[in-house]
Amino acid sequence: MSALLKLVKVETRLFLRDSATVVFGVLFPTGLLLGLGSIPALREPSPETGGLRSIDVWAPTALVFGMVMIAVQHIPAVIATYRERGILRRLSTTPAHPRSVLLAQMIVAFASVVVSAALMILLAWAVLDIAPPERPLQLAVAFVAGYAALLGIGMISAAVVRTSSAANQLGTLLFVALMFFGGAFLPRALMPEVLREAGEFIPPGLQALTSAWSAEAGQITATAGGQPFWLQIAIMAGIAVAASAVAAKLFRWE
Amino acid sequence: MWRGVVRPYLRRMTALDVRNLHKRYGEHVAVDDVSFTVEEGEIFGVIGPNGAGKTTTVESIAGLRTPDSGSISVLGFDPVRDRAEVRELLGVQLQESGFPDAIKVAEALELHGSFYRDPADWRELMELLDLGDKRDTQYKALSGGQKQRLSIALALVGNPRVAILDELTTGLDPQARRDTWSLIERVRDTGVTILLVTHFMDEAERLSDRIAVIDGGRVAAVDTPAGLIARSSAVQQVRFRVSRPLDKRVLTELPDVTGVEISDGRWLVTGRGQLLSSVAGALARAQVVAEDLRVDRRNLDDAFVAFTGRAPEYRNLSERRGER
Repeated sequence: MSALLKLVKVETRLFLRDSATVVFGVLFPTGLLLGLGSIPALREPSPETGGLRSIDVWAPTALVFGMVMIAVQHIPAVIATYRERGILRRLSTTPAHPRSVLLAQMIVAFASVVVSAALMILLAWAVLDIAPPERPLQLAVAFVAGYAALLGIGMISAAVVRTSSAANQLGTLLFVALMFFGGAFLPRALMPEVLREAGEFIPPGLQALTSAWSAEAGQITATAGGQPFWLQIAIMAGIAVAASAVAAKLFRWE
Repeated sequence: MWRGVVRPYLRRMTALDVRNLHKRYGEHVAVDDVSFTVEEGEIFGVIGPNGAGKTTTVESIAGLRTPDSGSISVLGFDPVRDRAEVRELLGVQLQESGFPDAIKVAEALELHGSFYRDPADWRELMELLDLGDKRDTQYKALSGGQKQRLSIALALVGNPRVAILDELTTGLDPQARRDTWSLIERVRDTGVTILLVTHFMDEAERLSDRIAVIDGGRVAAVDTPAGLIARSSAVQQVRFRVSRPLDKRVLTELPDVTGVEISDGRWLVTGRGQLLSSVAGALARAQVVAEDLRVDRRNLDDAFVAFTGRAPEYRNLSERRGER
């Protein structure tokens, strides 16, 4: 146990020393939202959206940005580097199992997205007057389940890549694909019905996050034949379990 | 030093016992049949050409590979079956194993110390390995020698009774290599048994109490460095000039001498066994002083060639330059 605590402590310091990840994974979502919020047109309430502003509906996408960044780009790259450099191999000659360094990584990654999300929600409220989550408990559940699903995908990526540069390439590809459904390129409200329906199955589950944050926004982005909230959560949890199992099966320590 | 306790037993134990180790990867036989024992407190060298099976042998001892057949005992424990116990007793410094770029020296030592039941004092180790003024330096900013010293420190931080050091001084400059050697001797003096895998003959010769030459997945010879050299060198040569005329028969009658040639006043004596002391003794009895005396000294490189049929390999040219 003390070894795991020490590992978490050291991995946290290593994470904080990696300034690119801190900037893009933790600070950038807030910056992105504030940047878009500075565009007056996005702050205009629209009667079509029941008086909500575009920025209100779009806010959860910034949340997704930080989650995806850490889970599918940062984590697989770090693990691939640890494998490539024999750090995992070195650990397996000590009484600490290399599993514990992966666990420490995931703990640090989770803590960092929690910080990222808290910072964003707070500043969105303080600066842009975006209402804080209406159903915080459901948001927390959607956040954890969605993040676990993302991390499962990230771990599959970490399991199959051979080198850290391959991890970076695959990470970028996954990032673009997941962020498309995360509404970074085309707001979910503007997506065709079929893409919106598919999006409910794509981690981290933007629709569940949006509806937990704001019921009104959730109604705007929801699909006619969409899944109910708790079913979306169950899908994310299912993806998390299945992906973790696949990653564990495929994982190579060397 | 950090192992400041008197051993509760008097008899030397067997630290490592490898018997008929066999390991194949698919069709490729990495280790065919390797057996050797290492007594506690020894520095035991393992040398052999690349691909001879050194690394697989070491990885099997460290529990990273499961042998196909044969047995391994580390102080009585099996690396696979008694995994947890062996990891407490065995410190490993592996070739091609690194650390995160941004980890600081003190952090790495403290972290690795926390993995063990009864760790060494990492601060003491840090001083011993002359890393004290680098304690807050990140791994990526360390020099090759400092990285190597950190790696050795991390192999010792668990207070191991046996340490495996694989390609200890690869990539180090000559001064750093010599410093590392004296460090290893100090570590041994604290009672740690050391298994030293190397492709540098001078390193094996200087440090090892005994050496196993591994070739083609088998042990070609196990002996002291001097023993290996003597066994491999059937022919030795001594050259000198004499201070006054001498009858050739004084030397040709010696049992160790097989031939004497004289040209331009230079004597060349060929023989075997204790050739130099026989010749020196005979000259002394004849009251002749040997001037400009040279012995064609056989070294471990020659022994290596004799046992494996090929020259020791060098990874690259810069290492070869470092060697000279």
